[in-house]
Amino acid sequence: MAANNDSIGRTITVTVLLCVVCSVIVSTAAVLLKPMQLANKELDRQTNILAAAKIDYQGQDVQKLFAEKIITKYVSLKTGEYVDKPVGYKDSKRAAKEPSLSSPLPRKIDIASIKRTANVMPVYLVNQAGQLEKVILPVHGYGLWSTLYGFLALEKDLNTVVGFGFYAHGETPGLGGEVDNPKWKALWPGKKVYAQGSMEPMLGLVKGAVDHSAAGSEFKIDALSGATLTSNGVTNLVKFWMGENGFATYLTKLKAGES
Amino acid sequence: MSEMRDMIVKPIFTNNPIALQILGVCSALAVTSNLNTALVMTLAVMAVTAFSSMFVSLMRNQMPSSIRIICQMTIIASLVIVVDQILKAVAYDTSKQLSVFVGLIITNCIVMGRAEAFAMKNPPLPSFLDGIGNGLGYGAVLMFVGFIRELFGAGSLFGIEILPLVTNDGWYMSNGLLLLPPSAFFIIGLMIWLMRTFDVSQVEKPDFVICKNSKKEAI
Repeated sequence: MAANNDSIGRTITVTVLLCVVCSVIVSTAAVLLKPMQLANKELDRQTNILAAAKIDYQGQDVQKLFAEKIITKYVSLKTGEYVDKPVGYKDSKRAAKEPSLSSPLPRKIDIASIKRTANVMPVYLVNQAGQLEKVILPVHGYGLWSTLYGFLALEKDLNTVVGFGFYAHGETPGLGGEVDNPKWKALWPGKKVYAQGSMEPMLGLVKGAVDHSAAGSEFKIDALSGATLTSNGVTNLVKFWMGENGFATYLTKLKAGES
Repeated sequence: MSEMRDMIVKPIFTNNPIALQILGVCSALAVTSNLNTALVMTLAVMAVTAFSSMFVSLMRNQMPSSIRIICQMTIIASLVIVVDQILKAVAYDTSKQLSVFVGLIITNCIVMGRAEAFAMKNPPLPSFLDGIGNGLGYGAVLMFVGFIRELFGAGSLFGIEILPLVTNDGWYMSNGLLLLPPSAFFIIGLMIWLMRTFDVSQVEKPDFVICKNSKKEAI
């Protein structure tokens, strides 16, 4: 190594050149691969919506199936009415960060610890012969380590659960990560969210095995063993999104046939 | 020729980056809860180590020594971002599981350790091979730990069920501890013990010798 390598001029030249070359390489990779990454993300979202709605997508073209079966609509959480997709709205996650598209949640009602919600949320409808068959609602909330993002699908009575699943979370594998266990997810279908004549969400996770003959067992799901905080998080996010600050207003209107 | 083979083979057993150099243990704890992520992580680390060593070696005669570490970091970081972007594009599910750990390859001591210790003093081709070798050595440990953790922690290998779990109406009661990062400490510790029992030359000289107890009253 020559001594003149350490001169100030040399140091600056090497730094600048290295930075330019590296940034060109990085940005080229990012730009070239972006379409593939977006397609993957979209496919993942669609697959999860189909899975929550218990539509068999195995071995089928997910995109085609999604376009065929699922109708995407946007709902204002406050009024519960369908609205047009707001300008600049990309997805609910990004909209929740945008001050003009979201509102802060006071601590008292923010049981899912999400701090802000988008004012408008997407909902996914499955129609059969022009009649509403299933409705799939996006939900999210904080567990132990991470925000869990998932979909909850309801029957046309807007009370019975069709399916439930998370598509993104960072909970402990083997403990809280068991939210992805198919056996646990299979406990959800058939459960009820609301008691008769009320819009107060009752559905939640309880410790110990659920006695299926006992009254109220339709609102209870086995909590995940060894994952109390994740289980609490799941209960809270279901209660929040099914409650009056979530989709309850929309579901009431939908039930009454107004929406 | 045999020198080149040595460069690739040696880091796997005799000069293993994790077992002997004790580098890169942090990520070995995080990504070994199943074999799938361990394998992808191995490939990612191997690619980054090999190419960063090669580029550092190419630049070694131009690099001012006052900023050499930051230059190495820039090269490594760029490569890691490229690898991360590629994973997101072609192996989306796995990249979701690996999440931050791909980005954390930047801080993996093996990559910087090899760049600084080997590539700064050697020509590009040997540096590239050294990077491959160390990536393989890292991967060998990762796969070994991942094998034990996934088999006894989740009863499966590469996600395929081997020991039917009690929760799935089988007979095997899984060991939940193995799915948590601390278990890798035990496995890596036992592995290092085992390796040093067979290959005594790997045992380090103790830094100090414990004095013999000469006072009887205290006992």
